[in-house]
Amino acid sequence: MERNDEWVRVERTSAFKELLRAKRAFIIPATIFFMIFYFGLPFLAAFTTVLNVKVLGPLTLAYIYAFAQFAMTWIIMHLYVSRANRWDDLVDRSRVEAAEDVGGAR
Amino acid sequence: MSDQVIAIIFFIAIIALTLGITAWASRQNTGTDSHYVAGGQIKGWQNGLAISGDYLSAASFLGIAGAIALTGFSGFYLSIGFLVAYLVVLLLVAEPLRNMGKYTLADMLASRFNTSSVRSVAALSTIAISMFYMIAQLNGSGALIGLLLGFPYWLSVIVIGILMTVYIVIGGMVATTWIQIIKAVLLILGTVTLSILVLARYGFNPLALFAAVENDIGREALFPPAPTPGIEGLWLSLDVISLNIALVLGTAGLPHILIRFLTVPDAKTARSSIVVATWIIGLFYLLTPILGYGAALIVGQDEISNANAAGNLAAPQLAEVLGGPIFFAFISAVAFATIVAVVAGLVVAASSAFAHDFYTNVIRGGEATQEEQFRAARYAAIGISLAAILLALPAESFNVAFLVALAFAVAASANVPVILLTIFWKRFNTTGAVTGMLVGLISAVVLVMISPNVLTGPNPDPPATPIIPIDALFPLKSPALISVPLGFLGCYLGTIFGGRGAEREREQGLQVSYDEIRVRANTGFSNIEEEIKEAAPETEQRTS
Repeated sequence: MERNDEWVRVERTSAFKELLRAKRAFIIPATIFFMIFYFGLPFLAAFTTVLNVKVLGPLTLAYIYAFAQFAMTWIIMHLYVSRANRWDDLVDRSRVEAAEDVGGAR
Repeated sequence: MSDQVIAIIFFIAIIALTLGITAWASRQNTGTDSHYVAGGQIKGWQNGLAISGDYLSAASFLGIAGAIALTGFSGFYLSIGFLVAYLVVLLLVAEPLRNMGKYTLADMLASRFNTSSVRSVAALSTIAISMFYMIAQLNGSGALIGLLLGFPYWLSVIVIGILMTVYIVIGGMVATTWIQIIKAVLLILGTVTLSILVLARYGFNPLALFAAVENDIGREALFPPAPTPGIEGLWLSLDVISLNIALVLGTAGLPHILIRFLTVPDAKTARSSIVVATWIIGLFYLLTPILGYGAALIVGQDEISNANAAGNLAAPQLAEVLGGPIFFAFISAVAFATIVAVVAGLVVAASSAFAHDFYTNVIRGGEATQEEQFRAARYAAIGISLAAILLALPAESFNVAFLVALAFAVAASANVPVILLTIFWKRFNTTGAVTGMLVGLISAVVLVMISPNVLTGPNPDPPATPIIPIDALFPLKSPALISVPLGFLGCYLGTIFGGRGAEREREQGLQVSYDEIRVRANTGFSNIEEEIKEAAPETEQRTS
């Protein structure tokens, strides 16, 4: 039980709570968005013909949508990584805060 | 014949290079840590290249180019799904896995669930997925080398099988990583050169290439096939959805990709390696339409399907027309290196699942010495390679793409639900984890066995030798639409109805508290007391 207390101590720090909040605020909407965007292509392709029109020279809407998936992947990836690299500070802070909590409690 | 001599010289050069790396790496391959995960000391860019090398398999290089050449836009689904899958990996799986795992996928699950049943089932699904994947690669290499060098199928399979065993047994993960890095560089070099040669014929304007496709092949090649009415049409539409589910989720459950995140020192490096990998993999897939359509226009669709019904030789054929016998030999050697590197990564994943999870932790109860574990890992690598060779020998008539798709579907159904719920679901318990993995694994395999892939009916479409001339019992070629929800359902029902609640399991020591998992997955703290002590040396002095 002693060991579990240490984990709970980290969990209770404001830095850790902030970390979880920041992660949820980005990861949940980003995941919902990219899943809908991703499955939009096969759904439209499998059940409709709206993607079969030419929009840019010989390029069909299907290809434009497909290339947009590449752009989306790279953009979301970089948005995530730039945030995640900042979250690392919160990890360090939660460690320090938990340690201060140990000092104060004893 | 002279073409074959040039090709043989290139093949020997690749074999010599990879064996040289293995010999060099063998000096560093001194214990379990270096053997399984290269001591956790691979740099971000190196790991990024190695992930690309692990991921861009024969299915990517040979398969997608052929599929786009023969079926047009539909072949490009593979490229999109294989790439977007990295968002699932990056956002949901990579960092918690890095933070909780040690050598294998089962380690990550075992950091929460302290029973040998979870470990054994995780090892079983890792071995099953790696085997399907390996048979696919060996099968592809057999066909490739057979056509290029005139080797019989069985000889090609045995040669590659022996090579991969040597790499792993002697060089371990260090050698595997460097072979993957070199292969990634060669593959990029080959693909970019091939694309430039294609584009040079169309004034370096990709739109001109697409215009040529529209004129010479037909505009149907540039968009997905329109939905057809009736029940058959519905099955075709659902199959597209099902395939895309397997593609986008499967990567997050592929053991040989996931263990690559354990070869880096921290979560930040895991992250940066995904960035490198995603750029390389994405740029590669962006070039696949140029290769595929280029082959269809320059080589011709009939020529491609005559050489291989699935179009697997489209890229080498294109190289021969554009660059002559030397370039053809180079591209073929690149394809060979591609297969060898992927197979090596698979053997590491499967053999560590066997040696580390099964032998060390289940049979020996975690009591084996370093030396015994290292020996077990090497024997396991030999055993896994032998098993893969034996299974690949009678599989000559199987379709490569089918085996790879099966591996992705099994990974998506058996591993992904359990990985996600272990990280994110507080109430999850051991019964749920075991049931979920088994339901996902078995349903995916069984659905494929009764699908049109195996039960081809007397007149398969596209025309081929029927494997089993009975009409399919399950209408979809890809099982993921059904088997992935079943995997999640298995986890849920197992947790709700089976065994003890998560709280009871915690009291009995069957799983650790979710507080620990939540902190560990998000921060990477493992030895919590020390982490806290180190963070506050002053307070520590005061209290002691």
